[in-house]
Amino acid sequence: MSKLSLTQAINAGLRRAMEEDPKVVLMGEDIGTLGGVFRVTDGLMKDFGSHRVIDTPLAESAIIGTAVGLAYRGFRPVCEIQFDGFIYPGFDQIVSQVAKLHARTHGKVRMPLTIRVPFGGGIGSPEHHSESPEAYFVHTSGLRVISPSNPQDAYTMLRQAIASDDPVLYFEPKRRYHTKGEVDLDAALSAAPLMGAARVVAPGTDVTLVSYGPLVRTALDAATAATADGVSVEVIDLRSLSPVDYAPIMESVRRTGRLVIAHEAGKTLGLGAEIAATITERCFNYLESAPVRITGFDIPYPPSKLEKHHLPDLDRMLDGVDRALGRTNSQTGMED
Amino acid sequence: MTQTRHEPTGQAAMKMHQLITADGTRVGDELLDPFVQDVDENTLTSLYRDMVVIRRIDVEATALQRQGQVALWPPMLGQEASQVGSVRAVEKDDFIFPTYRENGVAYIRGAKLPGIMGTWRGNMNTGWDPYEVNMATPQIIIGAQTLHATGYAMGIAMEGKEAMAIAYLGDGATSQGDVHESMVFAASFQAPVVFFCQNNHWAISEPVGLQSAVPIAGRAPGYGIPGLQVDGNDVLAVLAATRWAARRARSGGGPSFIEAVTYRMGPHTTADDPTRYRGVTELEEWAAKDPLDRLRTYLLNAGMLDAAGEAAIAADADAVAAELRDACINIPDPEPMSAFADIYVDAHPVLDREREQYRRYLASFAGQPGAGHQVQGSAS
Repeated sequence: MSKLSLTQAINAGLRRAMEEDPKVVLMGEDIGTLGGVFRVTDGLMKDFGSHRVIDTPLAESAIIGTAVGLAYRGFRPVCEIQFDGFIYPGFDQIVSQVAKLHARTHGKVRMPLTIRVPFGGGIGSPEHHSESPEAYFVHTSGLRVISPSNPQDAYTMLRQAIASDDPVLYFEPKRRYHTKGEVDLDAALSAAPLMGAARVVAPGTDVTLVSYGPLVRTALDAATAATADGVSVEVIDLRSLSPVDYAPIMESVRRTGRLVIAHEAGKTLGLGAEIAATITERCFNYLESAPVRITGFDIPYPPSKLEKHHLPDLDRMLDGVDRALGRTNSQTGMED
Repeated sequence: MTQTRHEPTGQAAMKMHQLITADGTRVGDELLDPFVQDVDENTLTSLYRDMVVIRRIDVEATALQRQGQVALWPPMLGQEASQVGSVRAVEKDDFIFPTYRENGVAYIRGAKLPGIMGTWRGNMNTGWDPYEVNMATPQIIIGAQTLHATGYAMGIAMEGKEAMAIAYLGDGATSQGDVHESMVFAASFQAPVVFFCQNNHWAISEPVGLQSAVPIAGRAPGYGIPGLQVDGNDVLAVLAATRWAARRARSGGGPSFIEAVTYRMGPHTTADDPTRYRGVTELEEWAAKDPLDRLRTYLLNAGMLDAAGEAAIAADADAVAAELRDACINIPDPEPMSAFADIYVDAHPVLDREREQYRRYLASFAGQPGAGHQVQGSAS
C-alpha cells in the first residue's frame, strides 16, 4: 500500500497501463514536457517517450478525432481534456463518432478511448474551469461515464477504463486532486469492484444520500454531522454515472424510505433527475417522501467569489436531509 | 453584404494538372507523367470500365430511390473519374476514410452491393466490415473523417509501417473546423495522410466561392502541406496525382492535399432540387467535360476500344445494375431487437433492462394475428 494523492494515483494508473500495453498512448495539451497543468502526467513523457505521451496542438476536436483514427488502427488512446469547459469543442467527435462507431459498424470497430476530464468547482478558477458537463455524456448512448472520489478508485477505475473496449469518460474531481489515501498498486484488477458498481461508503438507516466525485467527501461529512443530530444517513458513492448501478440504491431506499441526491451540476435534467425518476418508478411503494435533489443552480458557473453559494456544501446537504425527513427546512412554506 | 462568389477570386488560378483533355487528347504533364508510365492499354480500359460501372450503379440507385426502394441516395454523377482515379491509387494496406458520396470508391474497394444499398435503404448503419476492405463507414458529419484519417496515419507512423490513410472530403467540408484541425495535426506530426478533396462546386446550394476565397488546394501550403490541383474529370490525372501523394506518404514525406476539380451533375441527394440554385448553362459547360466521354474518345482514337468492347463493358454494367436492384429489394428487414445490438461491448445494465422490457413487450403479441415480425424479433 502507498499513500498517494488523487493526482499521483491517476499518474500511477496511467503508468501501469502504459507498461502493460504498448498500444496505450496519451494525448493532450501540455501533458508532455510540462506534465499537465495539474501535473497528472508528470514524468510520463520522460519515461515513455514523446511518441506515447503526445503533446498536441491546442485543438480539442482534433485530440478526440485523431484518437478515433488511432483506435481504428488498434491503439488505446487516453485523451486529456485540460478543463471541463474545454470539452465542448470536442463534443461532436465524442457524441457523433466515439459513442456511435461501434454501433455504426455493427460491432466491427471498437473505440477503446479513455477521455480524462478534470471537472467541478471549488478551486477559485475563472469561467470554463469549474463546470460539470457529465450529463451531456450520460445522455449519449455508447459512452460510459465514471467519476472516482478517492485515490484508490482513481487508480483502479482508470485502469479499468483503459482496459475497457468501450469508450469511457473519466471525470476527475479536481478539487480532490490533493486528497491523499492508501492505494494498493498491485491489487489485481480482477479482484477490484467493477467499474460500473456503486458502493455504500457509510452505512445508515434513516436517509439514503447518493453522490459522486467531489461531493462524496462532502456527503460523508454531512452524514457525520447528521449523526450528532440523531439522524443516520447512508452514503452511496455512485462511481459510475453511465450506467448507474441502481441495485444498491434501491436496496438502501427500501430500508430508509428516503432519497437525497447531490451533485454540483445544475438541477434541470441533471443526473439527479434521472435517479429520482428511476427510483420513484421502481421503489415508489417504499418511499416515505419525495426524492430530494441538492444541486448546483441552473446558472452559468458563477464568478469564483460566488461559487460557495452555488456548490452544495455540508449545510445544504443537511437541509436536503431535513426535507426528506419532513423536518423544517429552507423550503418549508413553499406551496409549489 | 457582398454578392455570393461562385468561384474563388482572391488569388490567381493555380495550375490545374491534366493528362487527358476534355476532347480526349493526351497531353503531357511534367509532375504527373512519371506516375502513369506503367499504365497500359489494359489499365486504361479497366479505368474506363470502372467509371461506366459506377455510373450505372448511380443511375440504378437513383431510380430505386424514385421507386421508393431506398430512402435517399447521394449521386456521384460527374465525379466518376475522381472516385475511380483516386481509389485505384490506394494499396490494400492503406485505409480509406470516405464521406457519404464515395459509393463508387466503396464498390471498387470491394464492398458488396447489398451492404452499399442497405445503408441507404435504411436496413443497416453500414454494410461492410471496415477491416475487410480497409475502408471506414460513410461519414455524414461533414469533415469529421479527416481527423480519423489523420489519427490513423499517425498510428501508421508510430508503428513505422509503410502505408497511408486517405481522407475524402468535399469543397464544403473545407469550411469545417475539423478539416483545419486535421491539417494542423497532419503537418505537426508529419502523418502519412492524403486529403483528397473533390471540389464538385456545390455544397448543397452553396457554391464553392462561398467556402474559399482562394483555390482550395492553395490553402494547404499555409499548413505546410503541398497542395495540388488536378482535373478531377481526368481519371488518368487523378490516378497520377493520388499516386504522387501516396508516394510522399509512404516514403515519409508526410501529408499531401489534392483538389480534384470536378462537378456534381446531379442533386446533392435525391431529396434536393438543384434547379433552384444553379443554371442550365453551367450544367452544359460541365457536360462538355464529362469524365467518361473524354476517356472513351481517347480509347477509341487510340484503337484501344471498339464497338464490341464498348458493348461488353455496357453488358457488364447492366449485370451489376441488375445485381444491385436484386440485392437492394431483397435485403431482409432487420429484426426489432437488433436495434439494441452493439451499442456497448460490455454489459450496460440500464440498457440491458430496457432491452429486456422491450423483448417482453414484443413477446406479449405472440400468437396474435399480424404479429409475426414482433414474435420473430422477440426470439432474437
